[in-house]
Amino acid sequence: MLETDTRETLLEAIELTREFDGVKALDRFSFKLRRGEILGLLGANGAGKTTAMNCLLGLTLPSSGQLFAFGKALHSHRIEILQRCNFSSSYASLPGNLKVWQNLLVFARIYGVPHPKQKIASLLEMLEVGHLRNRVTGELSAGESTRVNLCKAFLNDPELLMLDEPTASLDPDIADKVRKVVRRVQRERAIGILYTSHNMRDIEEVCDRVIFLHKGRIVAEGTPGDIVKRSTEQSLENVFIKIARSGDLEDAGDKALTP
Amino acid sequence: MNLRIVNALLLRYVFLYTRSPVRLVEMVFWPIVDLLVWGFLTVYLRQSTSGDFPQFITFLLGGMILWDILFRAQQGVAISFLEDVWTRNLLNIFVAPVRSVEYLSATFAVGVLRICVTAVALVVIGWLAYSFNVFVMRWWLIPFFLNLMLFGWSLGMISTALILRWGQAAESLAWAVPFFIQPVVAVFYPVSVLPAWLQPVALALPATHIFEGMREVMRTGSMSWAPLCWAFALNLVYLALAGGFFVWILNYTRRRGLLTKFSTQ
Ligand SMILES: Nc1ncnc2c1ncn2[C@@H]1O[C@H](COP(=O)(O)OP(=O)(O)OP(=O)(O)O)[C@@H](O)[C@H]1O
Ligand SMILES: [Mg+2]
Repeated sequence: MLETDTRETLLEAIELTREFDGVKALDRFSFKLRRGEILGLLGANGAGKTTAMNCLLGLTLPSSGQLFAFGKALHSHRIEILQRCNFSSSYASLPGNLKVWQNLLVFARIYGVPHPKQKIASLLEMLEVGHLRNRVTGELSAGESTRVNLCKAFLNDPELLMLDEPTASLDPDIADKVRKVVRRVQRERAIGILYTSHNMRDIEEVCDRVIFLHKGRIVAEGTPGDIVKRSTEQSLENVFIKIARSGDLEDAGDKALTP
Repeated sequence: MNLRIVNALLLRYVFLYTRSPVRLVEMVFWPIVDLLVWGFLTVYLRQSTSGDFPQFITFLLGGMILWDILFRAQQGVAISFLEDVWTRNLLNIFVAPVRSVEYLSATFAVGVLRICVTAVALVVIGWLAYSFNVFVMRWWLIPFFLNLMLFGWSLGMISTALILRWGQAAESLAWAVPFFIQPVVAVFYPVSVLPAWLQPVALALPATHIFEGMREVMRTGSMSWAPLCWAFALNLVYLALAGGFFVWILNYTRRRGLLTKFSTQ
């Protein structure tokens, strides 16, 4: 991690550990997310990415370790912190029985967005789903509803945004647009984003820095380019596969083949 | 507590109910069915008892209507929570700056709205079809409704906590919880018919005092304040306990990491 980085630390985890029935989903996981940075969390299925996000959102309490957002302890300032955060994922959806604008209006009111109608209109435009405004949310295609979920996540102009696989189920064209939107928002508003994806193209295009998790532990960290350079692999995708199979970046060798 | 957030959550339920006529129908359907069954039973009993019409028969209708108030208040809380479960929206709510008390308050308010709709339907039909006039209870109705509603909220919070803990498997509890206590709270018969050992249990539940009071009022046109005070005091205790239970379960699910599993399943 660049110790010379002077940007404000938005989110900090110190030795975060989360056990489920004796198995560590997160093992002494420490990191900092700074303002204006997009940090990618990578790792195989079950590596602990979603668990990390859930802890950071206060949905799951860590077994041990500390969490700070905006310099404040999460456990004692949860509501205040959540007001400045938002979250979107492919597994949480907005109520399917309301219209898109109704859902967004409810969340705009919850977050106390100043001019909700205008804000909603501009977000729908930004994600190119303005035409879905009057549609029933439950009838949207997976990709459409992902984008509507993203509108919800941008409603309160979060300073800290957690996106758990935001591009899953998007077609390449829309995925590309979503990446550009995420990039643009981050540039314009200098927000911090924690991002997970299984799409390496995504990661390379969007993330300034990535952390590779394996069984809840950090096994590699740096810019995507750096990580590829440090390994003997040709691409981030190969690095991913290597780490997923051997649990390490440097001396993986053919460990993957030996039990 | 932030009223803006309570209003926002309430807006969601208003959208939900106005968008879906089926939900509105559901709110009045069961109460009306109940009322028809009990009403015709009353008519039948009245016809088959020659001469003096025993008053206890009208107690049945009174009990039924008041029971529905309690039941609807409980449902308002439990079903509102289940709506968020069914629509997989719970996660969005939990990551928003919504405090438990704000969330619960919104569900309470839904309970109030449901009661209003149900009560109007029951009162009107009871009167038109069976010339059962709830207003024989006059302004006693206000403390009756209020206390039953408060107790309904407590039961609603308990049901919600159970669903939160055991997931959708416990969903049927949303309907069952009030019926656990129905035999004891003397809806259709006085506490004195219960076995002696059960009577203290009955009197420890606020609703019992209301149903006893209802019969008293229907018989004499008035009642003493003591049962109402008991009901209200007990209600405060139950609200505090049920609220505490809900928050305790919520923290437990956070600790166990069940919240996310449950809200996305
Ligand atoms: N509530 C829970 N109870 C028990 N085990 C859990 C719970 N939540 C997560 N786990 C376990 O913790 C580990 C990490 O899961 P997590 O969901 O964080 O993985 P992930 O990196 O997000 O994977 P994916 O790429 O599949 O989304 C897994 O082994 C999972 O089974
Ligand atoms: Mg995940």
